[in-house]
Amino acid sequence: MTVHITTPTPDKAPPASSVGAVGWLRKNLFSSIPNSIFTILGLLLIYNLVPPAINWAFFTADWVGSTKGDCTSEGACWVFVIVRIRQFLFGFYPPSEYWRVITAFSLVGVLVAWLLIERTPKKGVVAAFTVFCYPIIAYFLFYGGSFGLPVVETHKWGGLMLTLILATIGMFCALPIGIILALGRRSSMPIAKSMSVVFIEFWRGVPLITVLFMSSVMLPIFMPETWQFDKLLRALIGIVFFQSAYMAEVVRGGLQAIPRGQYEAAEALGLSYWKTMFFIILPQALKLVIPGIVNTFIALFKDTTLVLIIGLFDLLAVVQAAFADPKWLGFSVEGYVFVASVYWVSCFSMSRYSQHLEKKLHTGHAR
Amino acid sequence: MTVENAQQATSDEVMVELRNVNKWYGDFHVLKNINLKVTKGERIIICGPSGCGKSTLIRCMNRLEEHQEGDIIVSGITLDDDLKHIDRVRRDIGMVFQQFNLFPHLTVMENCCLAPIWVQKQPRKEAEAIAMKFLERVQIADQAKKFPGQLSGGQQQRVAIARSLCMNPSIMLFDEPTSALDPEMIKEVLDVMVDLAHEGMTMLCVTHEMGFAKTVANRVLFMDAGEIIEENEPNEFFDNPQSDRTKLFLSQIL
Ligand SMILES: Nc1ncnc2c1ncn2[C@@H]1O[C@H](COP(=O)(O)OP(=O)(O)OP(=O)(O)O)[C@@H](O)[C@H]1O
Ligand SMILES: [Mg+2]
Repeated sequence: MTVHITTPTPDKAPPASSVGAVGWLRKNLFSSIPNSIFTILGLLLIYNLVPPAINWAFFTADWVGSTKGDCTSEGACWVFVIVRIRQFLFGFYPPSEYWRVITAFSLVGVLVAWLLIERTPKKGVVAAFTVFCYPIIAYFLFYGGSFGLPVVETHKWGGLMLTLILATIGMFCALPIGIILALGRRSSMPIAKSMSVVFIEFWRGVPLITVLFMSSVMLPIFMPETWQFDKLLRALIGIVFFQSAYMAEVVRGGLQAIPRGQYEAAEALGLSYWKTMFFIILPQALKLVIPGIVNTFIALFKDTTLVLIIGLFDLLAVVQAAFADPKWLGFSVEGYVFVASVYWVSCFSMSRYSQHLEKKLHTGHAR
Repeated sequence: MTVENAQQATSDEVMVELRNVNKWYGDFHVLKNINLKVTKGERIIICGPSGCGKSTLIRCMNRLEEHQEGDIIVSGITLDDDLKHIDRVRRDIGMVFQQFNLFPHLTVMENCCLAPIWVQKQPRKEAEAIAMKFLERVQIADQAKKFPGQLSGGQQQRVAIARSLCMNPSIMLFDEPTSALDPEMIKEVLDVMVDLAHEGMTMLCVTHEMGFAKTVANRVLFMDAGEIIEENEPNEFFDNPQSDRTKLFLSQIL
């Protein structure tokens, strides 16, 4: 019998080709001939598109002035956007009342930041205030008619302000309604179940444009004069119902992924149905479907542009209307780029926040 | 009936009673004429081949499953469709599952306090103090702030036992509490259960851990095909089985 005695092997540096910039390039961009071809084509494409676009948008663009004549260089004419920025932000809201809109949005900004940032105290109180008091405050600020604030009719609302109102109300309402619908669809009570199924399948089966047309054109025809209510409100209800149907299916996907044992453990501890849902099932299910929820939110945010077809002036509609101004013909590219950037920044922030949330809520259990 | 027997019958409080219980899953007759009386402080082991209805039997006792015929009476309350009855029975019965079923999004402490706070309306401070006491008893107090996903299987099962105990149950049901565990973790869970038995907890336990059965059980029930075939005190049961099916079963597991 032989005895092997091994001396510890000293560490060797890894082969040069696998580390450093060269190693990374070789491994990721030039690992094969097709890969290298794609890399070169991609670089060419980027080289030909990106610098000219940046030049157009920033270095050769015009920023100051007040008329078309001030746009002399060959780049973008941001003067157009800057001159009309108030209209883009507030629509036809009377300028003397802008402060109301700004107050309302600042307040909700502070409240939401309070809730989203970790380690702020009294989250429960702030959440309750946001849900129950803020909508009333916001209503009086936007619409007025009380506390000495003059009424501003909803047809004067427009621009980014209208887009944000539609999107925030849409999200705040679609999520809870969607959760209720999802629970209803999985419930063992036949009435609750069938009502949820009918609601979800109806609203998922019709295009949003149709919903909006019906809300603005058909409802007034069929409903008695005295029942009629605000066009914006009708559109909002349409959007909320439509999106909550989608939300319901997203949430249901999450509910289905929760193992039966969780329900049984909660039941065995004597928790009621609603407490089980609230404390055990929904926190887990919603966490699983954060990507789907944010996806629906982003879709909702962008779908609000469709209200322009029923004559509501959201951001896109206001910008498009400005193209028709004879003093500012020919600046539609700047207008669209501006609108696209606003949407992109908003949607990208939502997407980033959701990724942060997923990481934060991860409690180390793998299924 | 002798005087002695009569006294015995009155002083022994019946905790769980099943009378002619029958249950079907669709056409499948899973429990057949089950009769069982469990008195206070009794420790009963239920064993039998896979699929014979052991889980179903104990899950009927806290209405995780519904039985169709017969009566199940727990602490004097008859289990029927009345949700109040189900509620009261569940407050009196703790249950430990094979797969632990801890709530993965809550810490160990939160797992233990949730039901005391929201079902029994205990103040949070008090609930946490009680939870800590039980976590100490299952020797896992130092993990109170961790999430279940960060614990080993044995630790998770001990947390699950502590979670049930926090509700101050008078009966504990165990459904194969050690069969999802690696061998080296089985003992730590069984030790906790032995402790519990010595303190006089009424226990019904589905398990194939024969050593455990011999140490703590008052009675062993053997089930096959939905029926209780044989019932005996543990040493008799293992050393001197009566029916052929019991003999066959014991020869397979020992
Ligand atoms: N929800 C259900 N629907 C239909 N049949 C079921 C259902 N649950 C269990 N069964 C059947 O009932 C029988 C008894 O199941 P049970 O889970 O009580 O068995 P068990 O004795 O606990 O078995 P094991 O030792 O494998 O856990 C099995 O044959 C099973 O297939
Ligand atoms: Mg079982």
